[in-house]
Amino acid sequence: MKLEKLKAWLRQASFYAEEAYNAPYRSAIARAKREQDDLFMLLIFSEMMGVPNPASYYTLELQPLLMERFHDWHTRMGMEHSPLDNIKCC
Amino acid sequence: MNAIFLMLMGLGAMALGFFVYSKFICEKIFKVDPHFRTPAHDMQDGIDYVPTNKYILWGHHFTSVAGAAPIIGPAIAVIWGWVPAFLWVVFGTIFFAGVHDAGAIWASARNKAKSIGSLTGDIVGNRARSIFMIVIFLVLLMVNAVFAVVIAGQLINFPSATIPVWGAIVVALIIGQLIYRKLIGLLMVTFIGVVALYAMIYAGPMLPLALPETLGPLSDNQSWIILLFGYAAIASLLPVWMLLQPRDYINGIQLFIGLILLYGAVLISGPELVAPAFNTNLPENTPSMIPLLFVTIACGAISGFHGLVSSGTTSKQLDKEPDVRFVGYFGAVGEGSLALAAIIAATAGFASLADWQAIYHSFGQGGVSAFINGGANILQQGVGLDTVLAQTLLTVMVVLFAGTTMDTGLRLQRYIFQEWGHIYNITWMQKAAPATLLAVGTCLLLAFGAGGDGSGGMLIWPLFGTTNQLLAGLTLLVITVMLVKKRRPMWYTLAPLIFLLVMTTLALLTQLKSFYDKGDWFLFTLDLVVLAAAILVSLECSATLTKQIKANKNTPVTDKP
Repeated sequence: MKLEKLKAWLRQASFYAEEAYNAPYRSAIARAKREQDDLFMLLIFSEMMGVPNPASYYTLELQPLLMERFHDWHTRMGMEHSPLDNIKCC
Repeated sequence: MNAIFLMLMGLGAMALGFFVYSKFICEKIFKVDPHFRTPAHDMQDGIDYVPTNKYILWGHHFTSVAGAAPIIGPAIAVIWGWVPAFLWVVFGTIFFAGVHDAGAIWASARNKAKSIGSLTGDIVGNRARSIFMIVIFLVLLMVNAVFAVVIAGQLINFPSATIPVWGAIVVALIIGQLIYRKLIGLLMVTFIGVVALYAMIYAGPMLPLALPETLGPLSDNQSWIILLFGYAAIASLLPVWMLLQPRDYINGIQLFIGLILLYGAVLISGPELVAPAFNTNLPENTPSMIPLLFVTIACGAISGFHGLVSSGTTSKQLDKEPDVRFVGYFGAVGEGSLALAAIIAATAGFASLADWQAIYHSFGQGGVSAFINGGANILQQGVGLDTVLAQTLLTVMVVLFAGTTMDTGLRLQRYIFQEWGHIYNITWMQKAAPATLLAVGTCLLLAFGAGGDGSGGMLIWPLFGTTNQLLAGLTLLVITVMLVKKRRPMWYTLAPLIFLLVMTTLALLTQLKSFYDKGDWFLFTLDLVVLAAAILVSLECSATLTKQIKANKNTPVTDKP
């Protein structure tokens, strides 16, 4: 019984510690991650923009998975519709 | 008088302020509504807008606003005696800072969590917005320069702190990696980090480290300042998770440990206040208490910097509107209690009045080193820590605070330069590295321009206070205009606003004369710039308020809450 209580207390404490550590910097880190993700997406779609990519066989497979993210990206960049001819996400 | 009475009186009054006055302000004036959908819920995105538990939000808010400034200001201002400093800190916290901080969060939450800067543009006008940007830039510039000077001074006064201060950076770097790569749980990391930091503080007095007194053409003070800016420039370019985030976290824990130790030691040892209640034997060059007291203590009584934190980040994470009372007002109370601890350390931590007068022999002296020496004596009597060890502990606490503020300040200044690069189409200024160099350059110019050898940086402390108060004035203006628009009583924010503007302008004029007498043209010009901003702010205030009150008279009363 006592052990249970201690465990619950520890869980609570580590929740507060995690939040105290992460809450202040959540947005800065998410923004940095988004920038990295954008770079990754640029690599995946590079063939379409005329940049030769030796791994295009594999990146082609990834393209459908990135569809939603691509849509987020071009709306975020202020383009209402997809800027690429062969991708019509909206 | 015994310091325990002062402590209980101060803490009691601030508690009363929180339980009674803040309830009145939040319920009757701001009329916070538990059913109001805060931006954290309305625009929830898991990144910026996240509804956060109010205790965590308070911890975050409090540790971002509390820093070295509420220690430095009061420790300088006790030169007029402990009564004026005590009264201004206590009443400032209750009637100024608490209302200002809670009000800034409230105003921002009611306006889609916009920052006070853009709120000034929306509610007051574009002219006021431009003034706001200039004032922010000046505040950042001064805070970086002053803190570099303060840290350099303490590293020279207390060489035992050199190893823990720089070692703390290494600890933070390691903690950052451990957490980022999820190698061990956070509680364990916290424990290891705190133990490592305090082990280094323990080792510090055995291995004191000082720079050579002259290094080529530079004195040790100047070399430390340049080293510090070098560090801050690199730190502000690193990703936040690497250094800033773990550093802030450790600092937060340190802040609570330091406060508990200091107040505990005061309770146990009950030292007598050796400083006079009102200092009648002022050193020659001390300026008049009114208005200088009200700008020397900015943070700890009221500080515009809090408005930036309140509106930029805290308001986006507010879970329920009534939380503004706990997060904002109680955050200000926390800062007030830090300032109170600084007053007690700088007035009760000395054996006799002669010892105290030897430290406070001229204006601007004393300050942080008085806090560290006095606090160390109290810790030695109360908890039985060795004096040198206690000095090291307090030095590390102050320096780490100031250092983190420097990283953040430089980062913000860099953003401002980059933004100017975008506005005026200057390509090179948009890049991170050149913008950082510009920021560091302007700060160094101020740190050295103010005093030649860099030690004169303390001359700009009151000037920093005035700029900070101007910022607070602009925030109070935004809140007041909002209240007038809603036809609520405006005097609870207008009275502090008028008081601040009058004191700030008077202080600027007093300083202007003293810079003129000394022939210090660099600071004279800087003072003129701030004075112009102060006059513009005052004009904006009266123009906007008269316009709004007239508009209210001309439109019939609608019963909108």
